Amino acid sequence: MAEKIDYKNVLFNPFSKNNPVIVQILGICSVLAVTAKLAPALVMGLSVIAVLAFSNVIISLIRNTIPTNIRIIVQLVVVAGLVVIVSQLLQAYAYDVSKQLSVFIGLIITNCILMGRLEAFAMANRPWASFLDGIGNGVGYAGILIIVGFFRELLGSGTLLGYQVVPDSFYEAGYVNNGLMILPPMALVTVACIIWVHRSRNKDLQEP
Amino acid sequence: MKFLKNYLDRVRPNFEEGGKLHAFRSVFDGFDTFLFTPSTTSPKRGLQIHDAIDSKRTMIIVVMALMPCFFFGMYNTGYQHQLALGLDTFPFWEMMLYGFLSILPKVVVAYLVGLGIEFAFAQWRHEEIQEGFLVSGILIPMILPVETPLWMMAVAVAFSVIFVKEVFGGTGYNIFNVALVTRAVLFFSYPAQMSGDRVFVATGKALGYGTAAVDGYTCATPLGQIATHSGGALELTGAGGDPLTAWDAFVGLIPGSFGETSVICILIGAAILLLCRIADPRIMLSVFAGGLIMGWIANTFETPTYPASYLSPVDQLLYGGFAFAAVFMATDPVTAARTTTGKYIYGFLIGVIAVIIRTYNNGYPEGAMLAVLLMNAFAPLIDYCVVQSNIRRRMRRARINSKTA
Repeated sequence: MAEKIDYKNVLFNPFSKNNPVIVQILGICSVLAVTAKLAPALVMGLSVIAVLAFSNVIISLIRNTIPTNIRIIVQLVVVAGLVVIVSQLLQAYAYDVSKQLSVFIGLIITNCILMGRLEAFAMANRPWASFLDGIGNGVGYAGILIIVGFFRELLGSGTLLGYQVVPDSFYEAGYVNNGLMILPPMALVTVACIIWVHRSRNKDLQEP
Repeated sequence: MKFLKNYLDRVRPNFEEGGKLHAFRSVFDGFDTFLFTPSTTSPKRGLQIHDAIDSKRTMIIVVMALMPCFFFGMYNTGYQHQLALGLDTFPFWEMMLYGFLSILPKVVVAYLVGLGIEFAFAQWRHEEIQEGFLVSGILIPMILPVETPLWMMAVAVAFSVIFVKEVFGGTGYNIFNVALVTRAVLFFSYPAQMSGDRVFVATGKALGYGTAAVDGYTCATPLGQIATHSGGALELTGAGGDPLTAWDAFVGLIPGSFGETSVICILIGAAILLLCRIADPRIMLSVFAGGLIMGWIANTFETPTYPASYLSPVDQLLYGGFAFAAVFMATDPVTAARTTTGKYIYGFLIGVIAVIIRTYNNGYPEGAMLAVLLMNAFAPLIDYCVVQSNIRRRMRRARINSKTA
């Protein structure tokens, strides 16, 4: 690599300015699917961070030996292997959550963020930079997941991580949980609100 | 309209400075501007035609057209309340007062929340304040069950004004009907409080007035009773337990959302809208046609699995919010189709889908709301197809002409 890579930018850019979910609008399907409760959103976020970081490193290590015309297949094999490991780990140590997440851990393979980072970054950069890029994008994704999951569980179920946080006195006074928050459309609206706030704070991201 | 203008011009001197009715000047001004502002029409020369009408006048006429339904809603709320108490006396003024006091807080909250948000956005964007919420604010309480909790309504109004109207650019840019989205948000957010058999008859005190009925009193709307009906002859009952007929539904003395029960009053409103040429008769007629045809199909293939198929096509139009949606919701000029052919397609599909939903999905006793919202989403597509097919037809004609020439 001729140009020098700024490791700090590689790690921190995906948090906000180049966030995979709210700026590149990738991985929306899993945001809709797993954020009705906070716990699965957390686990999904951690899984994606792990898979993304390690697949980035592996692909980066073998990037010079992969024939260009079969690189997508190689990337998929690496990601699939890592996803199977994560899935087995979850089934062994967090069976309830893995049941809740069901197919969505398996579907990490199809998450556009992974293929995007492998193609755009890991195929052209050294392992350490790729690792930081994977962590950065994973955290950027997980952060959005956690924000969305936080609001959807708080307003939709009145709980956080399964613990009731809306006091009983509210319910006695007539407060009712909002059933719409648990339905997928509200995940889109919540993401839209995050994008709204984010764009209005970062004027340079606004489309003309 | 001419005689109104003449009359207003004749009495105007009474309200001027020094006139004997000067104290009521603001009332006069209000009527004058509602009816005859802007006072300009199209010039004598030139191609464009524009009547002396703007969105403010359009909206105030819609509000006036809603008034028969509104007053009947007040009466019916009191009437259902008396039935729920098990009384058989119906003192007119007390019932009206009870109905008025039960709806008043909802109207106030709807306007406060909606207008508050509109004003805030107008201020924030440095725009003129639009009168777009004038109609929505009165429509929203009228299409909700009378026992809807106020805070839920406030949440839903805020949500729909922000996400359906303001983010798309404010009045005139909303992609869905704001009032119906409010109802849909309530319906999906708080299903237990928005449907079923507890919310459609006012049982408590209204602002401290009246008597509270016994706890646990329930009465479902006719469509609600049909959706949960199983086996045996279908017999609809009113709030007092007495059987209901199609005539009751036509007059409107049935449990239901506040303003939607009386078909007579809705027809009066429709007449006002059509006489003033605010709403499009094509949409209204095609909604009714669609409902009748689909109702007839459903009725022909009646089956115990879907009890609503026992309703005759005319009953389908009388019960629930069908007529109200056809007259006041489907004709909303912002969200409806704009092309002439498109209006027929749009209205017809609303009628068909409304009956399909209420008949073949027992989970949703009423389909008019969802049908209108669905077709709101498709209205631009319908318009696009109509315009494109027109362009294609004229292109073909142009080609033939150029060949023969």
